[in-house]
Amino acid sequence: MNDFILLKPPLSDEDIEKLNFGDRVLISGFIYTARDAAHKRLFDLLKQGKDIPFDIKGQIIYYVGPTPPKPGQIIGSAGPTTSYRMDVYSPLLIEKGLKGMIGKGMRSKEVKEAMIRYKAVYFAATGGAGALLSKRIKKSEIVAYEDLGPEAIRRLQVDDFPVIVVNDVKGNDLYIEGERKYRKE
Amino acid sequence: MREIDVKIITEKVAQLCIEANTDLGDDVLQALDRAIEQEESPLGLAILKELKENAHIAKTEKIPVCQDTGFAVIFIELGQDVHLVGGDLREAIQEGVRRGYREGYLRKSICHPFTRKNTGDNTPAIIHLEMVPGEDIKVIVAPKGGGSENMSRVVMLTPSDGIEGVKRFVVQRVKESGSNPCPPTIVGVGIGGTFEECALLAKKSLLRPLGSKNPDPELAKLELEILNEINKLGIGPQGLGGRITTLAVHIQMMPCHIASLPLAVNIQCHAHRHKEVVI
Repeated sequence: MNDFILLKPPLSDEDIEKLNFGDRVLISGFIYTARDAAHKRLFDLLKQGKDIPFDIKGQIIYYVGPTPPKPGQIIGSAGPTTSYRMDVYSPLLIEKGLKGMIGKGMRSKEVKEAMIRYKAVYFAATGGAGALLSKRIKKSEIVAYEDLGPEAIRRLQVDDFPVIVVNDVKGNDLYIEGERKYRKE
Repeated sequence: MREIDVKIITEKVAQLCIEANTDLGDDVLQALDRAIEQEESPLGLAILKELKENAHIAKTEKIPVCQDTGFAVIFIELGQDVHLVGGDLREAIQEGVRRGYREGYLRKSICHPFTRKNTGDNTPAIIHLEMVPGEDIKVIVAPKGGGSENMSRVVMLTPSDGIEGVKRFVVQRVKESGSNPCPPTIVGVGIGGTFEECALLAKKSLLRPLGSKNPDPELAKLELEILNEINKLGIGPQGLGGRITTLAVHIQMMPCHIASLPLAVNIQCHAHRHKEVVI
Protein backbone atom coordinates (compact mmCIF):
# COMPACT_ATOMS: atom_id res chain seq x y z
CA MET A 1 0.00 0.00 0.00
CA ASN A 2 1.30 3.45 -0.94
CA ASP A 3 2.27 5.96 1.69
CA PHE A 4 -0.09 8.85 2.15
CA ILE A 5 0.51 12.17 0.39
CA LEU A 6 -0.28 15.21 2.52
CA LEU A 7 -2.17 18.12 0.95
CA LYS A 8 -3.22 21.49 2.26
CA PRO A 9 -5.43 23.80 0.16
CA PRO A 10 -5.23 26.22 -1.56
CA LEU A 11 -3.60 24.01 -4.17
CA SER A 12 -1.34 25.11 -7.03
CA ASP A 13 -0.93 23.57 -10.49
CA GLU A 14 2.30 22.02 -9.20
CA ASP A 15 0.50 20.36 -6.27
CA ILE A 16 -1.99 18.88 -8.70
CA GLU A 17 0.53 17.71 -11.29
CA LYS A 18 2.39 15.52 -8.82
CA LEU A 19 -0.74 13.51 -7.97
CA ASN A 20 -1.33 10.16 -9.66
CA PHE A 21 -4.42 7.99 -9.84
CA GLY A 22 -4.44 5.49 -6.96
CA ASP A 23 -2.52 7.82 -4.62
CA ARG A 24 -3.85 7.88 -1.08
CA VAL A 25 -4.01 11.44 0.20
CA LEU A 26 -4.65 13.06 3.57
CA ILE A 27 -6.10 16.56 3.34
CA SER A 28 -5.70 19.06 6.17
CA GLY A 29 -6.95 22.65 6.36
CA PHE A 30 -10.11 24.09 4.83
CA ILE A 31 -12.42 22.55 2.24
CA TYR A 32 -15.90 23.61 1.07
CA THR A 33 -19.06 21.51 0.86
CA ALA A 34 -21.58 21.72 -1.97
CA ARG A 35 -23.95 19.28 -3.59
CA ASP A 36 -26.84 19.38 -6.09
CA ALA A 37 -28.77 22.54 -5.16
CA ALA A 38 -25.71 24.61 -4.15
CA HIS A 39 -23.96 23.68 -7.40
CA LYS A 40 -26.90 24.93 -9.40
CA ARG A 41 -26.75 28.29 -7.60
CA LEU A 42 -22.97 28.63 -8.00
CA PHE A 43 -23.25 27.73 -11.66
CA ASP A 44 -26.05 30.22 -12.32
CA LEU A 45 -24.10 33.04 -10.62
CA LEU A 46 -20.93 32.31 -12.59
CA LYS A 47 -22.91 32.11 -15.84
CA GLN A 48 -24.28 35.60 -15.14
CA GLY A 49 -20.74 36.83 -14.45
CA LYS A 50 -21.50 37.41 -10.77
CA ASP A 51 -19.38 36.63 -7.72
CA ILE A 52 -19.95 33.42 -5.77
CA PRO A 53 -19.95 33.32 -1.94
CA PHE A 54 -16.33 32.14 -1.62
CA ASP A 55 -13.06 32.42 -3.53
CA ILE A 56 -12.91 29.15 -5.46
CA LYS A 57 -9.28 29.50 -6.66
CA GLY A 58 -7.15 26.59 -5.50
CA GLN A 59 -9.96 25.13 -3.40
CA ILE A 60 -11.47 21.67 -2.93
CA ILE A 61 -15.22 21.04 -2.94
CA TYR A 62 -16.56 18.06 -1.02
CA TYR A 63 -19.87 16.64 -2.26
CA VAL A 64 -21.59 16.06 1.06
CA GLY A 65 -24.87 16.75 2.80
CA PRO A 66 -24.16 15.89 6.44
CA THR A 67 -26.68 14.82 9.05
CA PRO A 68 -27.45 17.56 11.62
CA PRO A 69 -25.00 17.69 14.54
CA LYS A 70 -26.25 16.71 17.96
CA PRO A 71 -25.70 19.29 20.71
CA GLY A 72 -21.95 19.44 21.36
CA GLN A 73 -21.06 17.77 18.06
CA ILE A 74 -19.15 19.57 15.27
CA ILE A 75 -20.97 17.83 12.45
CA GLY A 76 -23.08 14.73 11.97
CA SER A 77 -22.35 11.82 9.67
CA ALA A 78 -20.49 13.23 6.66
CA GLY A 79 -19.58 10.86 3.83
CA PRO A 80 -19.52 11.64 0.10
CA THR A 81 -22.54 11.64 -2.21
CA THR A 82 -22.50 10.35 -5.81
CA SER A 83 -20.71 12.83 -8.06
CA TYR A 84 -22.21 12.41 -11.53
CA ARG A 85 -25.10 14.71 -10.66
CA MET A 86 -22.59 17.57 -10.37
CA ASP A 87 -21.07 16.80 -13.79
CA VAL A 88 -23.04 19.46 -15.65
CA TYR A 89 -21.77 22.17 -13.29
CA SER A 90 -18.20 21.08 -12.56
CA PRO A 91 -16.39 22.07 -15.80
CA LEU A 92 -17.26 25.74 -15.26
CA LEU A 93 -16.16 25.63 -11.61
CA ILE A 94 -12.88 24.00 -12.67
CA GLU A 95 -12.38 26.68 -15.31
CA LYS A 96 -12.83 29.30 -12.56
CA GLY A 97 -10.03 27.79 -10.48
CA LEU A 98 -11.45 24.82 -8.55
CA LYS A 99 -8.58 22.36 -8.01
CA GLY A 100 -10.15 19.37 -6.32
CA MET A 101 -13.47 17.58 -5.93
CA ILE A 102 -14.25 14.87 -3.37
CA GLY A 103 -17.12 12.50 -4.03
CA LYS A 104 -17.78 8.98 -5.19
CA GLY A 105 -18.53 7.48 -8.58
CA MET A 106 -17.32 8.10 -12.10
CA ARG A 107 -17.21 11.54 -13.74
CA SER A 108 -18.27 12.51 -17.26
CA LYS A 109 -15.97 12.97 -20.24
CA GLU A 110 -16.51 16.74 -19.99
CA VAL A 111 -15.38 16.87 -16.35
CA LYS A 112 -12.34 14.71 -17.08
CA GLU A 113 -11.37 16.96 -19.99
CA ALA A 114 -11.75 20.07 -17.86
CA MET A 115 -9.53 18.49 -15.17
CA ILE A 116 -6.77 17.85 -17.70
CA ARG A 117 -7.09 21.27 -19.32
CA TYR A 118 -7.23 23.41 -16.18
CA LYS A 119 -5.23 21.13 -13.83
CA ALA A 120 -7.61 19.69 -11.30
CA VAL A 121 -8.12 16.28 -9.70
CA TYR A 122 -11.01 14.17 -8.53
CA PHE A 123 -10.77 12.33 -5.25
CA ALA A 124 -12.93 9.52 -3.89
CA ALA A 125 -13.78 9.28 -0.22
CA THR A 126 -15.34 6.08 1.10
CA GLY A 127 -19.08 6.21 0.51
CA GLY A 128 -21.11 5.05 3.47
CA ALA A 129 -18.33 5.75 5.96
CA GLY A 130 -19.92 8.96 7.19
CA ALA A 131 -19.39 8.27 10.89
CA LEU A 132 -15.69 7.53 10.40
CA LEU A 133 -15.11 10.54 8.13
CA SER A 134 -16.92 12.90 10.53
CA LYS A 135 -14.15 12.29 13.07
CA ARG A 136 -11.66 14.02 10.74
CA ILE A 137 -13.73 17.20 10.62
CA LYS A 138 -12.66 19.67 13.30
CA LYS A 139 -14.81 22.68 12.52
CA SER A 140 -17.85 23.45 10.38
CA GLU A 141 -19.39 26.80 9.52
CA ILE A 142 -22.08 27.73 7.04
CA VAL A 143 -20.74 30.04 4.33
CA ALA A 144 -23.87 30.40 2.22
CA TYR A 145 -27.35 29.11 1.37
CA GLU A 146 -28.45 28.21 4.89
CA ASP A 147 -31.97 27.81 3.47
CA LEU A 148 -30.79 24.64 1.71
CA GLY A 149 -30.40 22.81 5.03
CA PRO A 150 -28.12 19.79 4.49
CA GLU A 151 -27.23 21.22 1.07
CA ALA A 152 -25.91 24.57 2.39
CA ILE A 153 -22.31 25.50 1.56
CA ARG A 154 -20.10 24.85 4.57
CA ARG A 155 -16.46 25.55 5.22
CA LEU A 156 -14.94 22.55 6.96
CA GLN A 157 -11.66 22.45 8.80
CA VAL A 158 -10.35 18.93 8.29
CA ASP A 159 -7.43 17.07 9.74
CA ASP A 160 -5.94 14.15 7.78
CA PHE A 161 -9.11 13.66 5.78
CA PRO A 162 -8.53 10.41 3.82
CA VAL A 163 -9.18 10.36 0.06
CA ILE A 164 -7.93 8.49 -3.01
CA VAL A 165 -6.98 10.09 -6.33
CA VAL A 166 -9.33 8.75 -9.01
CA ASN A 167 -8.66 11.13 -11.92
CA ASP A 168 -5.28 12.77 -12.38
CA VAL A 169 -4.18 15.40 -14.91
CA LYS A 170 -2.65 12.73 -17.17
CA GLY A 171 -6.12 11.45 -17.98
CA ASN A 172 -5.97 8.31 -15.85
CA ASP A 173 -9.08 6.97 -14.13
CA LEU A 174 -8.81 4.60 -11.17
CA TYR A 175 -12.38 3.34 -11.68
CA ILE A 176 -11.50 2.16 -15.20
CA GLU A 177 -8.02 0.88 -14.36
CA GLY A 178 -9.10 -0.84 -11.12
CA GLU A 179 -11.96 -2.65 -12.80
CA ARG A 180 -9.73 -3.73 -15.70
CA LYS A 181 -7.14 -5.10 -13.29
CA TYR A 182 -9.57 -7.34 -11.41
CA ARG A 183 -11.98 -8.32 -14.22
CA LYS A 184 -12.25 -12.05 -14.95
CA GLU A 185 -13.43 -13.11 -18.40
CA MET B 1 -59.53 -9.40 18.86
CA ARG B 2 -56.64 -7.44 20.31
CA GLU B 3 -56.75 -3.71 20.77
CA ILE B 4 -53.62 -1.70 19.99
CA ASP B 5 -53.21 2.06 20.27
CA VAL B 6 -51.56 3.60 17.21
CA LYS B 7 -49.45 5.73 19.57
CA ILE B 8 -47.38 2.59 20.17
CA ILE B 9 -46.74 2.35 16.45
CA THR B 10 -45.56 5.97 16.38
CA GLU B 11 -43.12 5.23 19.21
CA LYS B 12 -41.80 2.05 17.62
CA VAL B 13 -41.35 3.64 14.19
CA ALA B 14 -39.44 6.57 15.71
CA GLN B 15 -37.19 4.21 17.65
CA LEU B 16 -36.56 1.93 14.65
CA CYS B 17 -35.66 4.90 12.41
CA ILE B 18 -32.89 5.85 14.84
CA GLU B 19 -31.72 2.28 15.50
CA ALA B 20 -31.64 1.33 11.83
CA ASN B 21 -29.52 4.35 10.96
CA THR B 22 -26.95 3.95 13.70
CA ASP B 23 -26.74 0.20 14.25
CA LEU B 24 -25.85 -1.84 11.18
CA GLY B 25 -27.19 -5.37 11.63
CA ASP B 26 -25.01 -8.38 12.44
CA ASP B 27 -25.95 -9.94 9.12
CA VAL B 28 -24.24 -7.05 7.28
CA LEU B 29 -21.19 -7.07 9.56
CA GLN B 30 -20.77 -10.82 9.04
CA ALA B 31 -21.11 -10.40 5.28
CA LEU B 32 -18.36 -7.75 5.42
CA ASP B 33 -16.18 -10.21 7.38
CA ARG B 34 -16.66 -12.83 4.66
CA ALA B 35 -15.81 -10.20 2.04
CA ILE B 36 -12.61 -9.30 3.90
CA GLU B 37 -11.54 -12.96 3.67
CA GLN B 38 -12.13 -13.03 -0.07
CA GLU B 39 -11.00 -9.61 -1.29
CA GLU B 40 -7.82 -9.65 -3.38
CA SER B 41 -7.29 -5.91 -3.88
CA PRO B 42 -5.26 -4.21 -1.11
CA LEU B 43 -7.23 -0.99 -1.59
CA GLY B 44 -10.51 -2.94 -1.57
CA LEU B 45 -9.46 -4.66 1.61
CA ALA B 46 -8.60 -1.32 3.25
CA ILE B 47 -12.05 -0.01 2.32
CA LEU B 48 -13.87 -3.06 3.71
CA LYS B 49 -12.01 -2.64 6.99
CA GLU B 50 -12.93 1.06 7.01
CA LEU B 51 -16.59 0.10 6.64
CA LYS B 52 -16.38 -2.15 9.69
CA GLU B 53 -14.67 0.56 11.70
CA ASN B 54 -17.32 3.01 10.53
CA ALA B 55 -20.10 0.69 11.74
CA HIS B 56 -18.37 0.40 15.11
CA ILE B 57 -18.06 4.19 15.52
CA ALA B 58 -21.67 4.65 14.43
CA LYS B 59 -22.96 2.14 16.97
CA THR B 60 -20.87 3.23 19.94
CA GLU B 61 -21.22 6.98 19.37
CA LYS B 62 -24.75 6.88 17.94
CA ILE B 63 -23.73 8.66 14.74
CA PRO B 64 -25.58 7.64 11.55
CA VAL B 65 -23.65 5.00 9.58
CA CYS B 66 -24.14 7.13 6.46
CA GLN B 67 -25.11 10.78 6.08
CA ASP B 68 -27.82 9.68 3.66
CA THR B 69 -30.27 8.48 6.27
CA GLY B 70 -32.59 7.72 3.43
CA PHE B 71 -36.18 7.62 2.43
CA ALA B 72 -38.04 5.96 5.32
CA VAL B 73 -39.50 2.81 3.81
CA ILE B 74 -41.88 1.15 6.27
CA PHE B 75 -43.36 -2.31 5.93
CA ILE B 76 -46.32 -3.08 8.18
CA GLU B 77 -47.72 -6.57 8.54
CA LEU B 78 -51.02 -6.01 10.27
CA GLY B 79 -52.73 -8.96 11.90
CA GLN B 80 -56.37 -9.08 10.82
CA ASP B 81 -57.50 -9.68 14.41
CA VAL B 82 -56.02 -6.40 15.58
CA HIS B 83 -58.33 -3.51 16.33
CA LEU B 84 -56.42 -0.25 16.01
CA VAL B 85 -57.52 2.62 18.23
CA GLY B 86 -56.35 6.14 18.95
CA GLY B 87 -56.22 7.52 15.40
CA ASP B 88 -55.17 7.02 11.82
CA LEU B 89 -52.54 4.27 11.32
CA ARG B 90 -50.85 5.96 8.36
CA GLU B 91 -50.62 9.28 10.17
CA ALA B 92 -49.22 7.46 13.23
CA ILE B 93 -46.46 6.02 11.04
CA GLN B 94 -45.69 9.42 9.48
CA GLU B 95 -45.52 10.95 12.97
CA GLY B 96 -43.08 8.22 13.99
CA VAL B 97 -40.82 9.07 11.06
CA ARG B 98 -41.06 12.79 11.83
CA ARG B 99 -40.13 12.16 15.44
CA GLY B 100 -37.36 9.65 14.73
CA TYR B 101 -35.64 11.85 12.17
CA ARG B 102 -35.89 14.89 14.45
CA GLU B 103 -34.88 13.27 17.73
CA GLY B 104 -32.21 11.11 16.10
CA TYR B 105 -30.60 14.06 14.29
CA LEU B 106 -31.07 12.21 11.02
CA ARG B 107 -30.87 14.01 7.69
CA LYS B 108 -34.09 15.14 6.09
CA SER B 109 -33.71 14.08 2.48
CA ILE B 110 -37.19 14.34 0.97
CA CYS B 111 -38.09 17.17 -1.40
CA HIS B 112 -40.49 18.37 -4.10
CA PRO B 113 -39.55 16.72 -7.41
CA PHE B 114 -39.29 20.00 -9.33
CA THR B 115 -38.73 22.89 -6.93
CA ARG B 116 -36.47 20.62 -4.79
CA LYS B 117 -37.91 22.28 -1.67
CA ASN B 118 -37.28 20.01 1.31
CA THR B 119 -40.38 18.81 3.19
CA GLY B 120 -38.36 19.46 6.34
CA ASP B 121 -39.22 16.35 8.34
CA ASN B 122 -38.35 13.44 6.03
CA THR B 123 -42.01 12.67 5.38
CA PRO B 124 -43.84 11.34 3.56
CA ALA B 125 -42.53 7.88 4.38
CA ILE B 126 -43.23 5.07 1.94
CA ILE B 127 -45.67 2.69 3.61
CA HIS B 128 -46.26 -0.88 2.47
CA LEU B 129 -49.21 -2.19 4.42
CA GLU B 130 -50.13 -5.85 4.29
CA MET B 131 -52.88 -7.77 6.11
CA VAL B 132 -51.80 -11.07 7.63
CA PRO B 133 -53.52 -13.63 9.89
CA GLY B 134 -53.14 -13.23 13.64
CA GLU B 135 -53.24 -10.46 16.22
CA ASP B 136 -49.71 -9.05 16.02
CA ILE B 137 -48.28 -6.11 14.12
CA LYS B 138 -44.83 -6.39 12.58
CA VAL B 139 -43.12 -3.10 11.84
CA ILE B 140 -40.04 -3.06 9.58
CA VAL B 141 -38.12 0.16 8.98
CA ALA B 142 -35.68 0.08 6.06
CA PRO B 143 -34.20 3.53 5.30
CA LYS B 144 -33.11 3.62 1.64
CA GLY B 145 -30.32 5.85 0.34
CA GLY B 146 -30.67 7.81 -2.89
CA GLY B 147 -27.38 6.80 -4.50
CA SER B 148 -28.19 3.11 -4.75
CA GLU B 149 -31.89 3.65 -5.43
CA ASN B 150 -30.92 5.77 -8.46
CA MET B 151 -29.12 2.77 -9.96
CA SER B 152 -32.22 0.52 -9.73
CA ARG B 153 -34.36 -0.37 -12.74
CA VAL B 154 -37.58 -2.06 -13.82
CA VAL B 155 -37.77 -3.65 -17.25
CA MET B 156 -40.47 -5.62 -19.03
CA LEU B 157 -38.57 -8.43 -20.73
CA THR B 158 -40.26 -10.69 -23.25
CA PRO B 159 -40.96 -14.35 -22.35
CA SER B 160 -38.35 -15.48 -24.91
CA ASP B 161 -35.62 -13.64 -22.95
CA GLY B 162 -36.00 -16.32 -20.27
CA ILE B 163 -33.63 -17.02 -17.44
CA GLU B 164 -30.58 -16.03 -19.51
CA GLY B 165 -32.17 -12.66 -20.28
CA VAL B 166 -32.78 -12.11 -16.58
CA LYS B 167 -29.17 -12.95 -15.69
CA ARG B 168 -27.82 -10.73 -18.45
CA PHE B 169 -29.91 -7.73 -17.42
CA VAL B 170 -29.06 -7.97 -13.71
CA VAL B 171 -25.31 -8.33 -14.32
CA GLN B 172 -25.35 -5.52 -16.87
CA ARG B 173 -27.20 -3.25 -14.43
CA VAL B 174 -24.54 -3.82 -11.77
CA LYS B 175 -21.79 -3.28 -14.35
CA GLU B 176 -23.26 0.01 -15.55
CA SER B 177 -23.84 1.20 -11.98
CA GLY B 178 -20.10 0.84 -11.34
CA SER B 179 -18.99 2.75 -8.29
CA ASN B 180 -22.16 4.84 -7.97
CA PRO B 181 -24.26 2.71 -5.59
CA CYS B 182 -21.46 2.30 -3.00
CA PRO B 183 -20.31 -1.27 -3.60
CA PRO B 184 -20.12 -3.84 -2.13
CA THR B 185 -23.85 -3.89 -2.78
CA ILE B 186 -26.75 -6.22 -2.18
CA VAL B 187 -28.76 -6.80 -5.33
CA GLY B 188 -32.49 -7.31 -4.86
CA VAL B 189 -34.25 -8.91 -7.81
CA GLY B 190 -37.99 -9.20 -8.40
CA ILE B 191 -39.18 -11.49 -11.16
CA GLY B 192 -42.76 -11.83 -12.38
CA GLY B 193 -45.99 -10.22 -11.24
CA THR B 194 -46.86 -6.89 -12.83
CA PHE B 195 -44.86 -3.72 -13.45
CA GLU B 196 -45.33 -2.43 -9.89
CA GLU B 197 -45.38 -5.79 -8.11
CA CYS B 198 -41.99 -6.90 -9.42
CA ALA B 199 -40.44 -3.67 -8.09
CA LEU B 200 -41.95 -4.40 -4.69
CA LEU B 201 -40.70 -8.01 -4.84
CA ALA B 202 -37.18 -6.71 -5.50
CA LYS B 203 -37.41 -4.37 -2.51
CA LYS B 204 -38.87 -7.07 -0.26
CA SER B 205 -36.12 -9.52 -1.22
CA LEU B 206 -33.64 -7.13 0.41
CA LEU B 207 -35.31 -7.68 3.78
CA ARG B 208 -34.15 -11.30 3.93
CA PRO B 209 -31.16 -11.49 6.31
CA LEU B 210 -27.81 -11.49 4.49
CA GLY B 211 -26.19 -14.90 4.44
CA SER B 212 -29.52 -16.76 4.62
CA LYS B 213 -30.39 -19.17 1.86
CA ASN B 214 -33.34 -18.68 -0.46
CA PRO B 215 -35.97 -21.30 0.56
CA ASP B 216 -36.58 -22.07 -3.13
CA PRO B 217 -33.62 -24.23 -4.32
CA GLU B 218 -34.05 -23.09 -7.92
CA LEU B 219 -33.80 -19.44 -6.90
CA ALA B 220 -30.95 -20.16 -4.48
CA LYS B 221 -28.99 -21.58 -7.43
CA LEU B 222 -29.85 -18.61 -9.64
CA GLU B 223 -28.80 -16.17 -6.89
CA LEU B 224 -25.40 -17.82 -6.67
CA GLU B 225 -24.92 -17.92 -10.44
CA ILE B 226 -25.69 -14.21 -10.78
CA LEU B 227 -23.48 -13.36 -7.77
CA ASN B 228 -20.54 -15.22 -9.31
CA GLU B 229 -20.98 -13.41 -12.63
CA ILE B 230 -21.18 -10.04 -10.87
CA ASN B 231 -18.07 -10.69 -8.83
CA LYS B 232 -16.11 -11.40 -12.01
CA LEU B 233 -16.72 -7.81 -13.15
CA GLY B 234 -13.79 -6.46 -11.13
CA ILE B 235 -15.64 -3.35 -9.86
CA GLY B 236 -14.80 -4.14 -6.23
CA PRO B 237 -15.36 -2.18 -3.00
CA GLN B 238 -16.25 1.44 -3.84
CA GLY B 239 -15.65 0.63 -7.52
CA LEU B 240 -11.90 1.07 -7.19
CA GLY B 241 -11.19 -2.46 -8.46
CA GLY B 242 -11.47 -5.74 -6.64
CA ARG B 243 -13.20 -9.05 -6.21
CA ILE B 244 -16.19 -8.20 -4.03
CA THR B 245 -18.61 -5.99 -5.95
CA THR B 246 -21.71 -7.54 -4.41
CA LEU B 247 -22.22 -9.26 -1.06
CA ALA B 248 -25.37 -11.12 -2.05
CA VAL B 249 -28.09 -11.43 -4.67
CA HIS B 250 -31.60 -11.92 -3.34
CA ILE B 251 -34.47 -12.99 -5.58
CA GLN B 252 -38.22 -13.13 -5.12
CA MET B 253 -40.35 -14.53 -7.88
CA MET B 254 -44.04 -14.96 -8.63
CA PRO B 255 -46.11 -15.96 -11.66
CA CYS B 256 -46.59 -13.39 -14.41
CA HIS B 257 -48.88 -12.76 -17.38
CA ILE B 258 -48.45 -15.07 -20.41
CA ALA B 259 -47.31 -12.03 -22.43
CA SER B 260 -44.70 -10.75 -19.96
CA LEU B 261 -41.50 -11.30 -18.05
CA PRO B 262 -41.27 -8.35 -15.64
CA LEU B 263 -37.92 -7.85 -13.95
CA ALA B 264 -36.84 -5.36 -11.29
CA VAL B 265 -33.35 -4.77 -9.93
CA ASN B 266 -33.22 -2.85 -6.66
CA ILE B 267 -29.66 -2.06 -5.70
CA GLN B 268 -28.82 -1.63 -2.04
CA CYS B 269 -25.58 -0.10 -0.80
CA HIS B 270 -23.44 -1.80 1.84
CA ALA B 271 -25.10 0.40 4.49
CA HIS B 272 -27.98 -2.04 4.39
CA ARG B 273 -30.16 -0.77 7.19
CA HIS B 274 -33.23 -2.61 8.37
CA LYS B 275 -34.73 -3.04 11.82
CA GLU B 276 -37.97 -4.65 12.86
CA VAL B 277 -40.19 -5.21 15.86
CA VAL B 278 -43.30 -7.26 16.55
CA ILE B 279 -45.99 -5.56 18.65
